[in-house]
Amino acid sequence: MDSPAIATVNGEMQAEAHAHPAYLRHHFETVEQQREAASFGMWLFLLTEVMFFGGMFMAYLIYRNWYHAAFVAGSNTLNIWLGTINTAVLICSSFTMAMAVYSAEKRRRKSLVTYLILTIVLGLAFLGIKAVEYAEKFELHQVPGASFSIEQFVHPTDPKAVALAPDMAEKTQVYFSLYFAMTGMHALHMIIGISILLILVVRALGGAYTEGHMSTIENFGLYWHFVDIVWIFLFPLLYLISRYR
Amino acid sequence: MSHPESQHGSMDLEHQEHHVVGPKVYLLIFFTLLVCTGLTTWVAFIDLGVLNPVIALAIACFKAGLVVLFFMHIHYSSKLLKLTVASGLFMFLVLITMTLSDYISRAWGLW
Amino acid sequence: MSSANTIVQLPDQSTAQLPRKHYLNQELGLKSWLLTGDHKRIAMLYLFSITFFFFIGGAFASLIRLQLLTPGSDLLAPDTYNKVFSMHGIVMIFLFLVPSVPATLGNFLIPIMIGAKDLAFPKINLLSWYLFVAGGLFILAAMILGGVDTGWTFTTPLSTHYLNTHVVTAALGIFIAGFASILTGLNFIVTIHRMRAPGMTWFRLPLFVWGHYAASILMVLGTPVLAITLVLVALERTIGIGVFDPTKGGDPLLFQHLFWFYSHPAVYIMILPGMAVISEVISTFSRKRIFGYTAVAFSSVAIAIFGFFVWEHHMFIMGVSNYSALVFSLLTMLVAVPSAIKIFNWSATLYKGSITFETPMLYAFGFLGLFTIGGLTGVFLGSMGMDVHLTETYFIVAHFHFVMVGGMLMAYLAGMHFWWPKITGRMYPEAISKLAAVVTFIGFIFTFFPQFILGYLGMPRRYASYPPEFQVLNVLSTAGASILAVGYLLPMLYMPWSLKYGKIAGNNPWQATGLEWQITSPPLTENFVETPIVDHEAYDYEWLANQTEHEVKTVG
Repeated sequence: MDSPAIATVNGEMQAEAHAHPAYLRHHFETVEQQREAASFGMWLFLLTEVMFFGGMFMAYLIYRNWYHAAFVAGSNTLNIWLGTINTAVLICSSFTMAMAVYSAEKRRRKSLVTYLILTIVLGLAFLGIKAVEYAEKFELHQVPGASFSIEQFVHPTDPKAVALAPDMAEKTQVYFSLYFAMTGMHALHMIIGISILLILVVRALGGAYTEGHMSTIENFGLYWHFVDIVWIFLFPLLYLISRYR
Repeated sequence: MSHPESQHGSMDLEHQEHHVVGPKVYLLIFFTLLVCTGLTTWVAFIDLGVLNPVIALAIACFKAGLVVLFFMHIHYSSKLLKLTVASGLFMFLVLITMTLSDYISRAWGLW
Repeated sequence: MSSANTIVQLPDQSTAQLPRKHYLNQELGLKSWLLTGDHKRIAMLYLFSITFFFFIGGAFASLIRLQLLTPGSDLLAPDTYNKVFSMHGIVMIFLFLVPSVPATLGNFLIPIMIGAKDLAFPKINLLSWYLFVAGGLFILAAMILGGVDTGWTFTTPLSTHYLNTHVVTAALGIFIAGFASILTGLNFIVTIHRMRAPGMTWFRLPLFVWGHYAASILMVLGTPVLAITLVLVALERTIGIGVFDPTKGGDPLLFQHLFWFYSHPAVYIMILPGMAVISEVISTFSRKRIFGYTAVAFSSVAIAIFGFFVWEHHMFIMGVSNYSALVFSLLTMLVAVPSAIKIFNWSATLYKGSITFETPMLYAFGFLGLFTIGGLTGVFLGSMGMDVHLTETYFIVAHFHFVMVGGMLMAYLAGMHFWWPKITGRMYPEAISKLAAVVTFIGFIFTFFPQFILGYLGMPRRYASYPPEFQVLNVLSTAGASILAVGYLLPMLYMPWSLKYGKIAGNNPWQATGLEWQITSPPLTENFVETPIVDHEAYDYEWLANQTEHEVKTVG
C-alpha cells in the first residue's frame, strides 16, 4: 500500500522542473488556464454583486411605484449638477482604469502607475463630492433615523415645489432610506476599491504586473467597472425623477 | 457602435485567444459615455410623461452595455463569460418579475 | 468483514502500511494547518468546525425537546425558549447544514474527482474557512451575550423594532458566514469548469460533482440577496432607515420576499450535495452505473434553477396576492419532478444490482425513505389550500426535518463513512457503525413522525407550551430524540477511535470507480503523481475490473 510516489513534490519544485514562470501557481497546468480561471472567478464574484445590489433595486422599484409623489419630492432635493459631475468623474476613472489594464498588457510600468494613481484621484474626487452631498442632507434634516423632518415637504419654501400631504411626506423617508442605502453601499465599494488600488500602485511600482502576469490588474479593472455600472443606474434612478417640474 | 476587427470566426465555448483592446476603442467608448451622461441629464428636464424614466433607463442600459462589452472585454471574451453575464442578468430579472407578480396582483379583486 | 455479501477488500492487515507521506503528515505543526492552501486540509478544518457547531445546535435541540416533554413551560421561561429555538435554527442552518457536505467532502473530493491538484483558488478557499469561523464566532457571541429570539427567519418588524436581543450581532455573523459560502461556491464552479483533467468531459464527471456544481450556482446567486437583506435589517435597527419599516412606509412583505429568495434556494444548497453523496454511495454498493446518469445530472441543475422560482410558497398566509400564490404553488409542484427523477433513478439503479449493506449504504437507504416522505409532504405544503392549514404548525417542522435531518444528515453521515477510509486511511469499525445507522434511523422516525400528526392536529410551532392533549405525542418525540442523540454520539466515539485502531483501508476498500479511489489513502498533498488521463465513463465497473491494482499507471 505504500505509495511509490515522489511524495516530496511540492509547488515550487514542480514549477521549477517545468521551467514555468514564477507566477504560475503549482496547481495550474498553463498560464492561460490560470488567467482564464482568475477572470471567470472574478465574473462569478461580480454576479454575486449584481444580486447584492439587486435586492435594493427591487425595493426601489416597488416603493417608487407606491410613493411616486414622495420619490419625486425626494429626488428633487438632490443636486443634479453634482450628480452629473460625479457620473462624469466616475466614467473618467473607468477610462483611466481601462487604460491601466492596457498599460499592464503592453508592459509599460510607468504609464500603468500613472493611470492607477489617476484612478485613485478620480475615485477620491467622487467620494469627496458624495461627502458634500451627504453633509447637505444632514443639514437639511433629510437623513431618516438621524433627524428627519417632513416639514420641508409639507410646506416647501421653494414656490415651484409641490406640497405633499403629511401622509405622503412621511414616505419621503423611504426614498431617503433607499438613497442612503444604495449610494452608501456604492460608496463602500468605492472605498474598498480605492484601498485595493493603493496596494496595486505599490506593487506596480515594484514591477509586479508588467512582467507578463497582469490578471490581478485586469480583474481589479472588472471590479472597478462594475462599481461604475452600479452608479450609471443609480444616477438616473435617484437624481432624475421628474426633473422637469 | 463600431465593431473592431477582432471577430473570431469559431469560438470554443471555454477557451479563446487573449485579446488586447487598444486605447482607440477605450477613447471612443469613453466619449460616448460622457455624451450619454450629458444627454440623460438634458432629457430629464423635458416633460415626456411616462417616457422620462424609460428613456433614462434605456440610456443607462446602453451605457452599462458599453462598459460591459468593451471596458470589461465581454465583447472579446469566451462564450462562457458571455453566458455568465447573461445568467446574472437573468437571475436579477427573475428576482424582479417574480416579486412583482405579487405586488402587481395583490389588490386584484379586492376593490 | 469479508463474508460473501460484502464488497470490502482490505489489504492484508499484518503487512499493510499507510503511505509514508500524505497530506496529513506532509507538514506538521499548527501553522502548517492554519496557513494551508491544501483543499484536503481546509476540508478537515471545516470538518472540525462544523462538528463543533453541530453539537452546539444539537444541545439547543435537546433543550427544545426537554422543554416540550411537558405541556407547561417547566424547564425554560417562554422567552428563553424563543432564544433556544432561534439559536438552534441559526446554528444548524448557517453553521452546519449549508457548509456540511460542500465544505468538507466537496472540498476534499471535487479536485480529486476531476483529476486536479487543488481547487482553482486555494487562498480563497482558506479565506472562506476563516470567514466561516469569524461568522460562527459572531453568532456564538450573540449567543453568549444573551441570545437572539427572532427565529432563524429574522422576521421584520419583529427583528427591527420589537426585540432587544442581539439581532445585529447574529445577522452580522450570518452575513460573514454567507460570504464563506459564496466563496466556496465560486471556487467550485471555477474549478469544475477550468481544472478538469484531460479526458474528463462533463458527462464523465461523477454525479457528486454535478450535484455540487448545481449547489454552487445557488450559493453564488442566492446568498448575496440574503446578505443585502440582513444589511438592511441591521441598518434599520441601528441607524433607523425605513426600507422594511411600516411606520415609515416600508413593506415587511418585501423583507419576506428578499429573505426567501435566498432561503428557499438555501434548502437546495443543503440537499443537493446530500443527493450528490447518495449517487456515489448507491452506485458503489449496488455495483451498477447510476441508472439514467444524464437525467440525474440534469435534474440537479433543474432543481437549482427551479429552486429560484418557488420562494413565495413560504408566504402564502402572509397576505401575498392570491394570483401570484397560484403561480408559485404550481411552480412548487414542478420542483417535485427533478427530485422524483432522482429518487426513481436511484431505485432503478438498485434494481438487479449486487447490493451489499455496508454502513454508508444503510444511511443511503435511510436517506431514500426519509427524503421521499419529506419531499412528498413538501408537495402538501406547496398546495395553497393545505398550506393555510398546515403552515406554522409542527407539520412543517416535521417536513423540513425529514428533508434536512432525515435527508441531508443521513447523506452527510453516509458520505463521512464512505470516504472515511480515503480521508484517514483507516476503516471505521463496521459492526458498531451499522448499529449507529439503525439507531439513528429509528430515533429519527420516533422523533419526527409524531410531529406530523401533532401538526395536523394543529399544534403550532415556536411555542414554549401546548395543550395537555398533545402530550403523548410530544413525549414520544422527546423519547425518539434521545435515541437519535445516541445515534449521533456513537460516530463521535468510534470515528476518533478508528484513527488509531481502525484497519488499514488501502487505496480502494469499496472497489469503487471514482478517481479518488485510485490514489493512496490518505492522498498525497498533490493528489496525483501525474495528471490522470480519463478514458472511461463514471461508474464503469468493467473498467475497474480490468485494472489490477498495480497496473494503475496514470493515477499513481
